[in-house]
Amino acid sequence: MKLTRRSLLALGSGTSVFAMVAGLPAFASLTDDAVAAFTGGEATTEGGITLTAPEIAENGNTVPISVEAPGAAEITILADGNPVPNVVTFKFGPMSASRSAATRIRLAKTQNVVAVAKMEDGSFQMTKANVKVTIGGCGG
Amino acid sequence: MASGVKPRVKVPKTAAAGEAITIKTLISHKMESGQRKDDDGNIIPRSIINRFTADFNGQNVIDVTLEPAISTNPYFQFEALVPESGEFKFTWYDDDGSVYDTTKSITVS
Amino acid sequence: MNTSTRIIGATLALAMVPTLGVSDPDEDSLTINGEIAIVTETAAPAHLENVDTIYSGWRFRSDETQAVQMDDFDNPGMIGVENALVDWASADGTEGKSCADCHGEAEELAGVRAVYPKWNEEQGRVTTLEMEVNNCRETRMGAEKWKYTGGDMTDMIALISSVSRGMPVNVAINGPAQSTWEQGKDLYYTRTGQLELSCANCHEDSYGLMIRADHLSQGQINGFPTYRLKNTKLNSVHARFKGCVRDTRAHTYKPGSPEFIALELYVASRGNGLSVEGPSVRN
Repeated sequence: MKLTRRSLLALGSGTSVFAMVAGLPAFASLTDDAVAAFTGGEATTEGGITLTAPEIAENGNTVPISVEAPGAAEITILADGNPVPNVVTFKFGPMSASRSAATRIRLAKTQNVVAVAKMEDGSFQMTKANVKVTIGGCGG
Repeated sequence: MASGVKPRVKVPKTAAAGEAITIKTLISHKMESGQRKDDDGNIIPRSIINRFTADFNGQNVIDVTLEPAISTNPYFQFEALVPESGEFKFTWYDDDGSVYDTTKSITVS
Repeated sequence: MNTSTRIIGATLALAMVPTLGVSDPDEDSLTINGEIAIVTETAAPAHLENVDTIYSGWRFRSDETQAVQMDDFDNPGMIGVENALVDWASADGTEGKSCADCHGEAEELAGVRAVYPKWNEEQGRVTTLEMEVNNCRETRMGAEKWKYTGGDMTDMIALISSVSRGMPVNVAINGPAQSTWEQGKDLYYTRTGQLELSCANCHEDSYGLMIRADHLSQGQINGFPTYRLKNTKLNSVHARFKGCVRDTRAHTYKPGSPEFIALELYVASRGNGLSVEGPSVRN
């Protein structure tokens, strides 16, 4: 297909319609951008990072999570269904005993929590966990 | 913000040299996300703790960047090394410029 | 209750229970700080006609939410207790007195939470702990009353509850309190609002079931004040009553009203035998 200005416009509007159909707001790309910003575009591998999050969160306001990546210098947490994907970044100092931390986070809806670790050798590790966020009983 | 903000930390009083100890911290803070609206439909401005640090005898244990997705009353748990007796210093930085800190001593035997 | 018709809610329950339809309270046990043993399940008091076993709301929560209450440091409700300790020791009002001036340490009030609401001979009516706090403030301290469900008040109730944790709820329902208790019982079984729901419809007939994505408890109040993840603050009993009644789409009684005092006495009595847990953590 030959790309003309007209067909590009059509493609553009078609994409946005698709995004709306797929359920706005579509934040996944924001999360990809945030991962890229953290890794500087470097590839990530799995296996050296563990993210613990509840499969079902009773309330999205307060979701306990913990993360561990032996040998990490830094770990960032992202939430791909939140209006802003960035959640928290842990930088480990010389007096850190383990490259692990736990906290409580807000999740706007059911989504993936993504953890990316920058290892001391400059490589990157990534993992994700899907957390189902439930709605309350009767709003009371 | 800055009213009613109170840091709490839990650090063992004693430890063996080189032992990894678990530290818990919690600070009372609303963590207004900037995503909410008031009754008139106006955005409530963001007001959060944006950074937390823990140091032992002047050396860093953990340096945390917080975003609005951290829950009300930010809670952290992490592990620190204590090669000798000394003092932990914990510091929280508020969007409004306030800084809250607290210290805890630990005796290494 | 016919458990076979219960709807499955949690994946965990699904994995553990082969037959569909059961989502009873879990089997976990609660010890706070590794030292305060909490009774979360016991035989129902004799006056309960339709329930054999009573359960703390803690048993209906997820493991993650349960864990937050097992250590005072993890429990954000304890922030309220700490705030109240400052008030406890601070003089207020024209008499220049603090709570501590008369009562000493807060621990001196151990056991008090467990028996309220209670008949007050002087006033000739059943009073709640909140009313007694304001009674102290007004008559002994010469201080302003606190708002019934305000932050200062709820923090103070959390402090008074915290020193009774582990003690069995034991409110008196006979004697002079009986007519108030009966009024509370009537309210418990009266359908209200456009949805025509009584307390009993959800918390007696349907506990264990899912109400949308939430696990319905028995509506016990032994854990109040309770820190809710939903609004990230301590919630008082009457504020919770108001929320529940509002959700039946009814005009609600006011916190501190004679109706809610009576209802509190009755609902508390349904939990006679469970441990005082406040400040607890719920969703």
